[in-house]
Amino acid sequence: MRIEYFQLIDRIIDLDLSNLTIRAEAAVPAASTIFEGHFPGHPLMPGVLLIESMAQTTGWLIIARTKFEKMPFLAAVKEAKLRTFVTPGQLLTVSSKLVHEGSGFMIAEAAITAGGKPVCDASITLRLMPFPSTELRSSMEAMAQRIALPMEAAANG
Amino acid sequence: MPSTFETVANIIAETCDIPRETIKPESHSINDLGIDSLDFLDIAFAIDKAFGIKLPLEHWTQEVNDGKATTEQYFVLKNLCARIDDLVAAKGA
Repeated sequence: MRIEYFQLIDRIIDLDLSNLTIRAEAAVPAASTIFEGHFPGHPLMPGVLLIESMAQTTGWLIIARTKFEKMPFLAAVKEAKLRTFVTPGQLLTVSSKLVHEGSGFMIAEAAITAGGKPVCDASITLRLMPFPSTELRSSMEAMAQRIALPMEAAANG
Repeated sequence: MPSTFETVANIIAETCDIPRETIKPESHSINDLGIDSLDFLDIAFAIDKAFGIKLPLEHWTQEVNDGKATTEQYFVLKNLCARIDDLVAAKGA
């Protein structure tokens, strides 16, 4: 996880396009300037970043599902529950399942666990739009390789 | 069994917290009811589920942007309901 760069997913560990599910690993760094402010003497992974982790994981599922046809952007977060604190150095498992594929948007149920225990969950809506720039698309393709998104499975899915 | 309009009006009232009695077949969902594009995603989700269809929002938006259709054709509720009926009929055909 490169938290300051909003790169919150380290590795895709499972992608199942028949069941429309994905799982990813995300290791919270042991140190970050973010923890200096959130909070002094009590470092915690901000809840908004946990939600962003679920959104990014869902986004990779959609990118695999649509074979890089469109770029997903976070549009809505509902029923978000932050169930416990996440501290520096913890290893998170982020999972998501698409529950609706609309025209230009998708809805997923996403969750994070740490050590098998629930950390947070939410319903996530992402809007799908054409890639606004070739730079972004190239960057996303490079990121997909870095996090081991199985694009072969996506291409055949 | 409620009519298509009754179902859609109830979805809009519940999703957008709009008094049900203000929602008429002649209402324009954007201009009269003030529904924005994000709220319309929630409405589309509920309509998709209720009728077992997929509202082709991207196609409609493209047609409007290209000047091939007006927003009234898709977003005045009686017209929206007619489109829904067509999609339901096409699904059963």
